[in-house]
Amino acid sequence: MNFNSIKSIYKFEMARALRTIMQSILAPVVSTCLYFIVFGAAIGSKISELDGISYGAFIIPGLMMLSVMTTSVNYAAFGIYLPKYTGSIYEVMSAPISAFEVIIGYVGAAATKSILISFLILLTATAFVSFDIRHPIWMLVLLIMTGSTFSLFGFIIGLWASNWERLQLIPLIVITPLVFLGGSFYSTSMLPGFWQTITKLNPIFYIINGFRWSFFGTSDVPIGVSIFFMAAFLLLCIAVVSIIFRTGYKIRN
Amino acid sequence: MNSIGFIEHILFQCRVSGFLKYMISIQNISKVYDQNLKALEEISLEIEPGEIFALLGPNGAGKTTLISSICGLTRQTSGLIKVSGFDTLEDYKKTRSLIGLVPQEFPLENYESVIETVKFTRGLFGKSSNPSYIEKVLKSLRLWEKRSTPIIALSGGMKRRVLIAKALSHEPEILFLDEPTSGVDVQLRKEMWDLIIELKKRGVTVILTTHYIKEAEMIADRVGILNRGRLLLVEEKKELIKKFGKKTISVELKEKLHSIPEKIAEEKVYLSEDRHSIFFEVSNTKNKMSLSDTIKMIAETGLSINDINTTESSLEDIFLEIIAEEEMR
Repeated sequence: MNFNSIKSIYKFEMARALRTIMQSILAPVVSTCLYFIVFGAAIGSKISELDGISYGAFIIPGLMMLSVMTTSVNYAAFGIYLPKYTGSIYEVMSAPISAFEVIIGYVGAAATKSILISFLILLTATAFVSFDIRHPIWMLVLLIMTGSTFSLFGFIIGLWASNWERLQLIPLIVITPLVFLGGSFYSTSMLPGFWQTITKLNPIFYIINGFRWSFFGTSDVPIGVSIFFMAAFLLLCIAVVSIIFRTGYKIRN
Repeated sequence: MNSIGFIEHILFQCRVSGFLKYMISIQNISKVYDQNLKALEEISLEIEPGEIFALLGPNGAGKTTLISSICGLTRQTSGLIKVSGFDTLEDYKKTRSLIGLVPQEFPLENYESVIETVKFTRGLFGKSSNPSYIEKVLKSLRLWEKRSTPIIALSGGMKRRVLIAKALSHEPEILFLDEPTSGVDVQLRKEMWDLIIELKKRGVTVILTTHYIKEAEMIADRVGILNRGRLLLVEEKKELIKKFGKKTISVELKEKLHSIPEKIAEEKVYLSEDRHSIFFEVSNTKNKMSLSDTIKMIAETGLSINDINTTESSLEDIFLEIIAEEEMR
């Protein structure tokens, strides 16, 4: 394992975020405050408790998942797309580094950034609502798994994208709607029967609910099902990235 | 020591003791892109340790594809490439760690500082941090004062130097320079030539592609000419000039001629447009006519000489002639 190479990519990508530190910190803090003002205070006050949890606390795992999923995809996609766009990808391709090591560097940095931001959201949430985390270790494990999986997915999008429009296409028209419709801000029990069935077709619904379980010890689906969906998506992403690197698709030639 | 370590040790010893004859060995490589576009056809080439090899060829000849295949940026369709005895596909980590590449364009991230981007390359190539070495490289390329400047604020020439600094940052044994002096001013070009010669003295093998034939003429040990994906010839520069070069002896006469005198008509001669000069074309190998022979022949015709000049064909003339011959086939 070429640790120096991995460290180099990781540090380089982390430095990119540090250059825009105010934007990286302020944006999630401001948007979290807005969510809590709009959903927690304005709308939440009209909603009774869900499974004994106040609505304000109920949406915290959803907010964290919304953030970790979208930022993981965006950071990782941008991280690999930018060197492709500028041409500086030549360095990575001509370096003595395996595809696996390249992935660890880029995906690791994207996941780290998105996980740190989700913790920032958690910290901001404490200013608006009181809550306990029932299974903190599981919360951390699920957060890392989600961050890594969606960073890997973002990495694939970044490799596939041949222009800026394509880079934004999947996050905008697939990820964001699925996260919003995956129970980030509501419980399926609040939906009519037909829409409950539709929601259960959304894989992200299982991931968000698994994460909510780690907070409150209760969710719409069993934790095992959540982990199964997350692991399946992770393996699928690993398989796609392996094929891309083995065939050189969109990279070599 | 495991088996791989043992092989590495043996190869290192071979290189040190001069037994490893070729730093790069290319055997029958071909590259076919999509739509059956043949970029390289059955190229075979050997490059010795410590030499400066210039790869010449017109646009689209396949120079960059050949370099990319060796560096791992593209995979050859067939054939074998070995760097320092290692296969570039099977032992890619070993071969790539030996190579530094300076690309043709400016593929740099604009908002990175000079020193950070150079440090990044060193780390990427698996080397641990060495601030004093990085300082030495930046100083040798006159970039030390600009080390904290973002790339976007640099001139074209400085960006080219940054690319060279990046390529040298991991102490490569082989340096590829793809059109290194395109778009740089005369002073910087001269500095780069000096740097290349200095690298050669340190034992670095340098392979450069260039449009400036003068560049190859100034610094290369050997020259390869590539056209339409085929390697037309590989020759030592001096040998190439000797073999294909021509000398022209121009004799300016006091009188105007109507035709070439019979006594010299058998030689390869032609008249100038103003008919005041005779040009003798002398091949470096076939016709070894000397200056005194020329003077003697003119004297025998009874003509009076006003002045004599000699000019030798440059590498550029030879290159153009070889390419033109190839195009006519």
